[in-house]
Amino acid sequence: MKTTIGRWLVPVFGGLAFIFLLVPVAYVFAFSFNDAGRTNLSWRGFTLENWLNPCGAPAVCEALGNSLQIGAIATVLATALGTAIAIGLVRYRFRLNATANMLIFLPLATPEVVLGASLLAQFLNIGAELGLGTIIIAHTMFCISFVVVTVKARVASLDPKLEEAASDLYASPLQAFWRVTFPLLLPGIVAAALLAFAMSFDDFIITNFNSGNVTTFPKFIYVSATRGIPAQANVIGSAMFIIALAIVIGGQILSHRRARTLAAR
Amino acid sequence: MSLLAARRPAGTGSVQERAADRRRGRTGYWLILPGFVFMLLFFVLPVFSLLATSLYTKPPGADIGQFAPALEFGNYVVVLQNYWPELLRSFAFALVATAAALLIGYPMAYLVAVRLRGRKLLQGILLVLIIAPFFTSFILRTQAWKQILADEGPVVQVLRALSLLPQDGRLTATAFAVVCGLTYNFLPFMTLPIYANLERLDTRLIEAGSDLYAGGFTTFRTVTLPLSMPGVLAGTLLTFIPASGDYVNAALLGNNQDTTMIGQVIDSRFFRVVDYPGAAALSFILMLAILVLVTLYVRRFGTKDLV
Amino acid sequence: MTQHELKTAPEPAGAAAGGADLSLASVTKRFADFVAVDNLDLTIPAGSFFALLGPSGCGKTTTLRMVAGLEQPTSGQIMIGGRDLTGTGAHERPVNTVFQNYALFPHMSVLDNVAFGLKRRRVRDAQAQAKAALELVELGHLGARRPGQLSGGQQQRVALARAVVNRPAVLLLDEPLGALDLKLRRQMQVELKKIQTEVGLTFVHVTHDQDEAMTMADTVAVMNGGRVEQLGAPRDLYELPRTAFVANFLGKSNLIAGDVVEDRGDAVVVAAGGHRLAVRKDRAAAHHGRAVVGIRPEKLKILWPVDAPGTDTNLLRGRVLDTSFTGVSTEYLVAVPGIGTLGVFSQNHGQQLARPGDEVVLAWDTGHAFGLRGDEDTSAGAAEAADG
Repeated sequence: MKTTIGRWLVPVFGGLAFIFLLVPVAYVFAFSFNDAGRTNLSWRGFTLENWLNPCGAPAVCEALGNSLQIGAIATVLATALGTAIAIGLVRYRFRLNATANMLIFLPLATPEVVLGASLLAQFLNIGAELGLGTIIIAHTMFCISFVVVTVKARVASLDPKLEEAASDLYASPLQAFWRVTFPLLLPGIVAAALLAFAMSFDDFIITNFNSGNVTTFPKFIYVSATRGIPAQANVIGSAMFIIALAIVIGGQILSHRRARTLAAR
Repeated sequence: MSLLAARRPAGTGSVQERAADRRRGRTGYWLILPGFVFMLLFFVLPVFSLLATSLYTKPPGADIGQFAPALEFGNYVVVLQNYWPELLRSFAFALVATAAALLIGYPMAYLVAVRLRGRKLLQGILLVLIIAPFFTSFILRTQAWKQILADEGPVVQVLRALSLLPQDGRLTATAFAVVCGLTYNFLPFMTLPIYANLERLDTRLIEAGSDLYAGGFTTFRTVTLPLSMPGVLAGTLLTFIPASGDYVNAALLGNNQDTTMIGQVIDSRFFRVVDYPGAAALSFILMLAILVLVTLYVRRFGTKDLV
Repeated sequence: MTQHELKTAPEPAGAAAGGADLSLASVTKRFADFVAVDNLDLTIPAGSFFALLGPSGCGKTTTLRMVAGLEQPTSGQIMIGGRDLTGTGAHERPVNTVFQNYALFPHMSVLDNVAFGLKRRRVRDAQAQAKAALELVELGHLGARRPGQLSGGQQQRVALARAVVNRPAVLLLDEPLGALDLKLRRQMQVELKKIQTEVGLTFVHVTHDQDEAMTMADTVAVMNGGRVEQLGAPRDLYELPRTAFVANFLGKSNLIAGDVVEDRGDAVVVAAGGHRLAVRKDRAAAHHGRAVVGIRPEKLKILWPVDAPGTDTNLLRGRVLDTSFTGVSTEYLVAVPGIGTLGVFSQNHGQQLARPGDEVVLAWDTGHAFGLRGDEDTSAGAAEAADG
C-alpha cells in the first residue's frame, strides 16, 4: 500500500514543482501578447505588435545587446580559465590543493551583495571606471567557480588510462589532449558554458554594483519595474527562453538520433 | 599454508597504479595559474579592499562619498546596532526558503534522476526546463509572481472567496511573499546538485533496500536520503547563501516595514546614503556570519568534497 | 646515455619485425613513501613471450609502466634493441600496451581506435592496415561500431589489434584478461599465444594469475617486493622453486623447517620434529645447518599404515583432518605430530579414500623434494597466492 502511494506521489509532487517553476514563465509569455500601452500590469487584449516590434520600447534592445555581449565574453573567459583549473586540480598533485579548492569554493559561499560590494570597493579604490569592462570582470569571476565545479565532475569520471593509451599510441601530450581528453570532456564543458552564460545573463545584483551607467537586460527590468515594465521585455524574455530551449533540446535530439543510428549499424 | 583456500581474482587497483593516476609536473601549475591570478585579483584582493573600506572614516567637513583610510572599528558597532534585526531576518527568511526549496526540489530531482532513468531525452528536456527560466530573467519572473499574487489578481480573489484569506488580506507586500520569492528563485540551485548526486545513485541499492525493509518511505529514509546527502548539502548551501544576501525579492515582493533584508540595507547604504564604510562593514559581517554558519553546518553533516 | 642518443631514439616500430631485446639495468622506482621496484636487472630476448608474475603491489605494473614510458625510473636504464630509451616519453617509444580494462577511446569507432597509432605516425595506408589488424582478431565486420557496443571479449581483441597493428618492438600486456570470465579467458589465452606466434613480437605480460603465466609464457619472472624472486621456464620454476615465496605463490607447497643432520653424498638428510627427510644435493640450497624442505602436495603419496615401506626416511605418520573430493582428485589435510599440517593431492584412481580421523602414512621420492635456505619464512607468498 505504502509503495503504491510512493509510486504516484513522486511524479505528482515533482510535476507540480515543475509547474511552480514554469508558471511565471508562462505568465511572462502570455503578457508578451498584451496590448499593454505603457504599463503591462493587466490584460488589455491580444496583439502581435510587441513581437513584431521587440525593440519598440526605448533602450530595451540596447540593454539586451549589452547582456548578450557581456554573457558571451564572460562565458568564454570563465569556461577557458575554469576548465584549465578543473583539469589541473583533478589530474595533477599540488601541495596547495586544499587552498586551491578553497579559493574555488569561497566565491560560491559568498552572497552576491558581498561579491558585488567588494569588487565595487576595489574598483573605487583603484579609481577604475565602471562600465562594460568591470561587469565582464565581475561575471567572469563568479562564473569560474561554477565552471570548475561542473567540469571537475566530468574530469574525475574520465579514465586517466585513456590519455596514457593515446600517449602509448604515439600521440604527443598536445595531440593526446585534443584528440582524446578534450572530445571526452566536451559535454561537460558545453554544460558549464551554458550554465555560465545563463548565470551571467540573469545576474542583477553583482552587475548593479559594478555597472556604472551601463544597463543590462535584468537591470533594465529592475529599473523600469517602478514605472511599469514594457511588454517588449516580456517578448525578449520569452524569446530567450524559447531559443535556449530550442538549442539544447535540438542538440539532444540530434545526439539521441546519432546514438540510435550507430547502434543500428 | 592455505591449501583449501579458494583463489580469488585480484583487486585491480594496486598502490602504484593509484599513485600514477595523478601526475606531478609543471603542466599542472600552468593550467591553474591564469585562473588563479584572476581569482586573486578579482576575488581575494577585493575582499581585502572591502575590509579596508569598512574601516574608513569620514573626515569632518568632507563631501558626500569622500572618506579617509583609517582603522575605525566603530563602523562595525554602529551598523550592528542599527541593523541587527535585518541581519537576523535575512537568515530567518533564507532558512525557511531553503527548507521549502528542499521539499520542492528533492522530488523534482528524484523524479528526473531516478524515476525517469534510462529515458535520456525526457531527462534532458526536464533538466533544460530547470535552467532555461534563467533566460527569462529572474526579475521579470519575480515581477510576474507579484502580479499573479496581486490584490486584484486571481489567486487572492479565489482565496478570499473561499475565506482562506480575510477580505482585506493580501499576499504581496508580506513576509510570506518574500519567502515564496526566495524559494522560487533559488529552486534550480537546490535541484541541480541533488540531481547530479541522484543521477549516480545505484538503483539496485533502492531495490535491495525495499527488499529488506519493504516500506517505500523507510527505504527512502534509510538508503536513498543518506546516500544523497552530499547533493542535499551542496543544494542547501547554494540556496541558503545567495538567499540570505538577496534583496530583489524583498524589494519587489516585500513592504517597507517588516520585510527589509540585509541586502537592501547594503545596497541603499552604498548607493543612496553613500556610506561606503558602513555598507562595507555590513557586507563583511554578512560574509563572516555565513562562513561561520556554513562551517558549522558542514562540520555537522560533513562531507569533504564540496567542490 | 647522452642527449644525442635521446634524440635519435624516437623512431618507433617498423624495423622491429621479430621484436627486439628489452633490457632493464639496475632499475629502481621510488614513490614518496615506498620503493616499488628495487634495483631490477632483467633481459628479455627478442621474440619471446615473457610473463611478470606476482601479487598486487609487487612492482610488476610499475615495471611495465616504466617500459612503456608512462613512468620514469628513479635510477637505472631501460634499453630496447640496444638503444637507451630512459627519459623518453611513451609516445616516443617503439612499445605498445594492451591496457587492463582496455582503455579504448569511447568517442571513436573501433576502426579509428585501431588506426589511432598509425595516424599519429602518419603511416600512409593507416585505414587499410587497421582493417587488416581487425581481420586478424576476427572483428573485421565491427569496425564501424563504438567500443561501448562490443562485448568484453571483443573489446579485448580490439585493444590487442590496436597495439599489434603498430608492429612494436615490444608489446606489453597489463593483466589483459583480468576482466574476462574464466571460459573466455582460457579461449583468449590460446588466441593470444597464437597471435604472438603469428606476428612474432616480443610480448611482456604482467599478471597475478599463475595459471595464465604458466600456460602462455616461455619465461616467467616471479616478482615480490620490487625484486625478481626467480626467473625461468614455467616448469623449472614449479619443479624447483628457489625461495619460499615462489614455492607458495606458484602452486602450493608443503614447507618443513629443520636441520641438516647427515650427508649421504648425493643427498642431505634434514631432521624435523623427529622425522628424517632426504633432499638431493643438486636440489637443495643448504647443505648444512638450518634448512627448509619442500614437497608439492601432488608429489605426496597417501598410504595406509600397513602398506608403508620399512625405511625411516621420507615417511611421515599422521592423522587426516579434512578431505575435499573434487572428482579428479581428493585434497587432504593431514596433521603430522612435530611438523604440522600438510596438504596432499591424491589423483582419483578409484582407490579407497581416507576419512577424517584415519591414521595414514605420507611418502615421496627423494627426487621430488626441494631444499630451501634455512632462514626462509615458510609462509611467505601463501597469503598473496590466496588473494590472487
